[in-house]
Amino acid sequence: MQKAGEIRRWRWNVYSEKVMDHFMHPRNIGEIPDADGIGMEGNPVCGDVMKIYIKVKDDRIVDAKFQTFGCGAAIAVSSMVTEIVKSKTLDEALNISKATIANELDGLPPEKMHCSNLGADALKNAIEDYKSRHAQ
Amino acid sequence: MKKCYFDHAATNPLHPDVFEAMVPYLKDEFGNPLSIYELGTRAKDAIEKSRERVASLINAKPREIVFTSSGAEANNFAVRGIALARQNEGNHIIVSRAEHHSILNSARFLEKNGFVVTYLLIDKYGIVDPERVKKSITKETTLISVIHGSSEVGTIEPIREIAQIAKEREVIVHTDAVATAGNIPLNVKELGVDLLSMTAHQFYGPKGAAALYVREGLRIVPLIYGGIQEGGRRAGTENVPAIIGMGKAAELAKAEMSFRMEHSGMLRDMMIEGMKHIDNVYLTGHPAERLPGHASFCVEYIEGEAMLLLLAAKGIYAASGSACTSKALKASPVLLAMGIPAALAQGSIVFSLGRENTDDNIDYLLEEFPKVVQRLREMSPYAKGWGDKKVEVECV
Repeated sequence: MQKAGEIRRWRWNVYSEKVMDHFMHPRNIGEIPDADGIGMEGNPVCGDVMKIYIKVKDDRIVDAKFQTFGCGAAIAVSSMVTEIVKSKTLDEALNISKATIANELDGLPPEKMHCSNLGADALKNAIEDYKSRHAQ
Repeated sequence: MKKCYFDHAATNPLHPDVFEAMVPYLKDEFGNPLSIYELGTRAKDAIEKSRERVASLINAKPREIVFTSSGAEANNFAVRGIALARQNEGNHIIVSRAEHHSILNSARFLEKNGFVVTYLLIDKYGIVDPERVKKSITKETTLISVIHGSSEVGTIEPIREIAQIAKEREVIVHTDAVATAGNIPLNVKELGVDLLSMTAHQFYGPKGAAALYVREGLRIVPLIYGGIQEGGRRAGTENVPAIIGMGKAAELAKAEMSFRMEHSGMLRDMMIEGMKHIDNVYLTGHPAERLPGHASFCVEYIEGEAMLLLLAAKGIYAASGSACTSKALKASPVLLAMGIPAALAQGSIVFSLGRENTDDNIDYLLEEFPKVVQRLREMSPYAKGWGDKKVEVECV
């Protein structure tokens, strides 16, 4: 039984079916050439790197794509983040936390939780990038 | 779906003959080898027969073989057992940076308890330079432990040269031969080592049986105290079925060694040759001085765990030394010690071959692997290169 707000249990060494689905069939791979905001997070030296592209219209994210260097969890997180931000307002998108992403994926192994962190941070960076471009 | 098991460095399947040899000891022959009635003495006899077979595999005397539960135990026993037995003669030990965690963490334990440890540098092939060993020896040095063959990069170390240097300075030499014993010819007399670790499941024996060769006359402090098993050097009721399995596996390994080496060597060369057709894939470890069934690479711009998962989805099983595959989230210390940039080490992939692999397996891998690499590179932000990350590539 899963309590509200609790991150789902995982089986040792095993990704959830949802993680595997997003890893094997990632949604929204690639670049958006005329992106309104681009956010990158991570470092290949220590692990994963995520790059998220967003297209914004009337303060709402209308499209999102990603490029990721990393493990299965990192790719699944990127795919999930780009799915859930679509049609969200920028404020709503900024509220997406690492726990939200991990829960949407039916949990992540403990040592992979930082991947959902990267996803949330890359998204924030993309939104900040959009905002700084439109600040003037 | 096709299944290709290329992870023999992790473990091997049980040889069917080994299984058959073990079955009686899992059923009716359950006696404790210390019991004085026949059920016990038969178990004792069977263990001694196994000891002879294991000894014969490495040209040792049966009484020089101490059975343990794992290669890790054998390594702990050797390093801690000799350091403690000789602590009146000195407090310095030498290990290499190519060692398995069971050696490195034993050395760290000793360090915390007042010993001084030198961690020898390795070159870009993973090789320990015997000259460096020579320079590291002090009056206080009691033990040198260098791995025989690396399960991560396949490199075989110049143990004979290292042992010769150690002997001149009256330093004890241990080698972790877990990856080599049963896979390439081993002769403890020729190598000149005082101690050698080996494990059964690396040559088609069962898990739970391993051994430490301890040269006759060498004093060693036990790791496990208790009864008189293993001449008082390793207490605990023997894992009889596993030890019987190890003996049978050793006998088979000796008989089939040249065939197995030729077979896996041929497949390995096929694989390495085929991999040359994929851009930015680098062989890790020594190109010639390597285990016959071992092919390890770094694939640039992508990560190891993602490769393993996509390969597993195609029925291909391999390993990686990337940070993301380790629970500690650290790239393989061996790859880093070889000077491979951390970002490139993330693309580590290790294929280790065995007797049941076929050339069809290699063809299938060479057909599927480029697709996996391409698919992940298409996803990677570094598909067009590392950009300003300045990753220096200096692999083989």
